[in-house]
Amino acid sequence: MEFMELGTLCTAARVEHLNQAVAFVDERAEQCGLEPKKKFGALLALEEAFVNICRYAYPQGEGDVVLTCGSDGELFVLELSDTGAPFDLLSLPEPDLTLDIMERKIGGLGVHFIRKLSDSVSYRREQNRNILRMAFKRA
Amino acid sequence: MDMRTRSEEKALVLTLSGKLDAVTAPVYEQRTAALIAAEPRCLVVDFERLEYISSAGLGVLLATAKRFKEKGGQIRCANVKGAVKEVFDLSGFSAIFPLHDSVAGALAAAC
Repeated sequence: MEFMELGTLCTAARVEHLNQAVAFVDERAEQCGLEPKKKFGALLALEEAFVNICRYAYPQGEGDVVLTCGSDGELFVLELSDTGAPFDLLSLPEPDLTLDIMERKIGGLGVHFIRKLSDSVSYRREQNRNILRMAFKRA
Repeated sequence: MDMRTRSEEKALVLTLSGKLDAVTAPVYEQRTAALIAAEPRCLVVDFERLEYISSAGLGVLLATAKRFKEKGGQIRCANVKGAVKEVFDLSGFSAIFPLHDSVAGALAAAC
């Protein structure tokens, strides 16, 4: 099976654009036949990756996020890329999930969700872009 | 996201619906800050109609719970189910928040 692109969206890396990003991916995930539970996971992983770029990729100002959706055999593939400084989200440590309310910190949960909800995830740096690739089995 | 509050004898009940994500989390934080200022002893958050929650949503939920605890109050979650329950399980939140099958159950447990 070959990778088939289902569409690309380029938008400013701003949290206010999250709904636009979610609507774009939701439509492609439907088109790809992702079952509801998988789609929920894909949209949650999308939010975590998208918001991370909005908050941290461009500390000096504004930049964009490019979303690419595609299908590859039994997989729905979602890539997010930015032109920020080289940064691999997957290098972050796993959060401690056992601490109680007062000790618990929220940092790290986003990448934890990305790892857990995708069937595979990888990072690469290509042509000055950080690219996070997440794949989800259709069923 | 839509938020509604009502006062019960032993607690303040906050009903959430829609999505608690990075866009709506600041709204939740702002609204609950005002509720905490009134110093209720117990806050019951009803998730019955909440369809989605992300780490941003969990973050504000945790921040509210910390502020409540600091004031000697408690926070209880009712009707956490479906996809939202899965996010609670994945994050370990199911183990740190008291979960109840109904608002009535949460109110019965409230001190």
